[in-house]
Amino acid sequence: MTHYILRRILIAIPTLLLISMVIFAVLALAPGDPLAEFALNPAIPEATRELIRIQFGLDQPWPIRYLKWLIALLRGDWGFSFASKSPVIDLIWQRLPQTLVVVGSAHLIGIILAIPIGIISAIKQYSLFDTIATMLALIGLSLPSFFIGIIAMLVFAVNLKWFPLVYSTTLEVRDLASLGQQVRQMFLPVLVLVVQQTGAIARFMRAAMLDNLSQDYVRTARAKGLREWIVVLRHLLPNSLIPVVTLVALSMPSIFSGAIITETLFRVNGIGALLISSINTNDTPVVMAITFIFAVLTVIFNLIADILYAILDPRVRYVD
Amino acid sequence: MWTERSPRSLMGDAWRRFRRHRPALFGCAVLCALLLTITLGPFFYQRYLSYQLHASGSPPREANPDLRSLIDHFDLRAILKPPSMAHPFGSDDLGRDLLARCLYGGRISLAVGLAAMLMAIALGTAIGAIAGFYGGVIDQILMRLTDLFLALPGIPITLLIVYLFRERVVGLLGSREVGVFLLMVLVIGGFAWMSTARIVRATFLSLKEREFIMAALALGVSHPAIIVRHLLPNAFGPIVVAATLEVGSAIIAESTISFLGVGFSPDTPTWGRLVTDGSQYLQAAPWLALFPGGLIFLTVLSINFVGDGLRDALDPRR
Repeated sequence: MTHYILRRILIAIPTLLLISMVIFAVLALAPGDPLAEFALNPAIPEATRELIRIQFGLDQPWPIRYLKWLIALLRGDWGFSFASKSPVIDLIWQRLPQTLVVVGSAHLIGIILAIPIGIISAIKQYSLFDTIATMLALIGLSLPSFFIGIIAMLVFAVNLKWFPLVYSTTLEVRDLASLGQQVRQMFLPVLVLVVQQTGAIARFMRAAMLDNLSQDYVRTARAKGLREWIVVLRHLLPNSLIPVVTLVALSMPSIFSGAIITETLFRVNGIGALLISSINTNDTPVVMAITFIFAVLTVIFNLIADILYAILDPRVRYVD
Repeated sequence: MWTERSPRSLMGDAWRRFRRHRPALFGCAVLCALLLTITLGPFFYQRYLSYQLHASGSPPREANPDLRSLIDHFDLRAILKPPSMAHPFGSDDLGRDLLARCLYGGRISLAVGLAAMLMAIALGTAIGAIAGFYGGVIDQILMRLTDLFLALPGIPITLLIVYLFRERVVGLLGSREVGVFLLMVLVIGGFAWMSTARIVRATFLSLKEREFIMAALALGVSHPAIIVRHLLPNAFGPIVVAATLEVGSAIIAESTISFLGVGFSPDTPTWGRLVTDGSQYLQAAPWLALFPGGLIFLTVLSINFVGDGLRDALDPRR
């Protein structure tokens, strides 16, 4: 087992290096000059621009720039944002908490909702509950998340006025009242992510339960005279959860990507919104850093999914 | 006793099973209706709309305007009007007819979806087939490539590539619409081939040691012919299902990229673009976002229904 986990980690490292290289190459080979802004400024002559270029190391070929970037990254130096004139790492630390709170609570609520729905759907297959749940899941999967967000805004913020339309970034949680305000303004961004999460996980849970329902061990448990709820909760559920745990880990990166959309829509000042604004201002160091963070998240959660699967499923033996 | 009966074929069986799947039939009907409306509808609608515009006192400049010129027809007296006889889907902030824009946008959105699907399926099938058939080092390299693509952060990279290369591609092709279209298809299709590749590879791996492949090899059939004629038909079912579902996710991907302001320019009204523009008038004119959004939803839902039906119908274990 230890051998297997070590091997997975060793594979993850070159994957990350390759991904960072791909992203760096895309950025380096793209047309568009990060110093284009200076070119329009008459106060900065051509010679100074060349000096800035050399100072930033932009005159060197991209593989060398990549190596320099990588070494600096490993030392904890994430570069300097062109647009906000501050270190990238500070920007990200400012923005990350909001994203983590929204994404984390959405994921948690999604899982808490989806697992019971999946269980009931599977036990009462083709019942009214199952039909409605399946329908809702398909509808959730067929809507672009930004459109779910727009409908939620229209219904809950514009018409019912239950929740604020946009996220207030200046709100500080000091007492109960401001905590209530914080929860209220988080509701809609979280709701959008929950709708998308729940459908996918519930469908997967249902399929996993149905797969196990016809297995011999379930028949044995019933034949022993165990009560149905014990059969379901003690025998069926743990086995059915194995693939679901993997899915939950694997879907973490996609929910972070989903956060880009909700953050743009509701003006939450998280890293997703930062990515979009940095793309629009050609702020290469920030774009590079955030894309790389997304890649790291993807690889780490892939790794976690693989390891969890190996730990949870004793049938899987990794000998090599 | 044997009675005269035509033999049951694989496709016939699949069709029989597909017919029993109610949502899939519903999806099929909706998709056909949508396709007909988007392809043939404009020929009738452009006549109707120019008649209505004449009647409302804001005639189009040309005598027989086509859809492309009608979607840009400003009518400053009909700004943000709710749905009516003259404008069945209402009108936007410049008094442009929303139904005309939805019809035009539907052509682009569906074309992006279909083209991206073709690209993803072609790439996935080719990579999966080569990896599965040849195995060994080639398989190792191609599968590591697949893993790498799966680990790339999809939305951020897509945004980045479209944003960075948009001007260059548009400049090369000379047309904004064609340039962005091509880039969208390449990027969306280029990040969606991995699951198909895995399915095809798995099918090939399980079949290539079988006797019928041995026989074909012994007869001297060339490798490409074995791949295309003998192996690929066995992966037909999963490929068709993946292809169907891919059209839906490509339409959603295009609308999401447009929503984030990186895709088509505002003068090309794709469905995603229309929802984005409409979302600024959520309070005054909610129909501006709801109609195009509803069309995306209806299309993708129908596609998912058809995909589900095909999955059940083409599964030979049933």
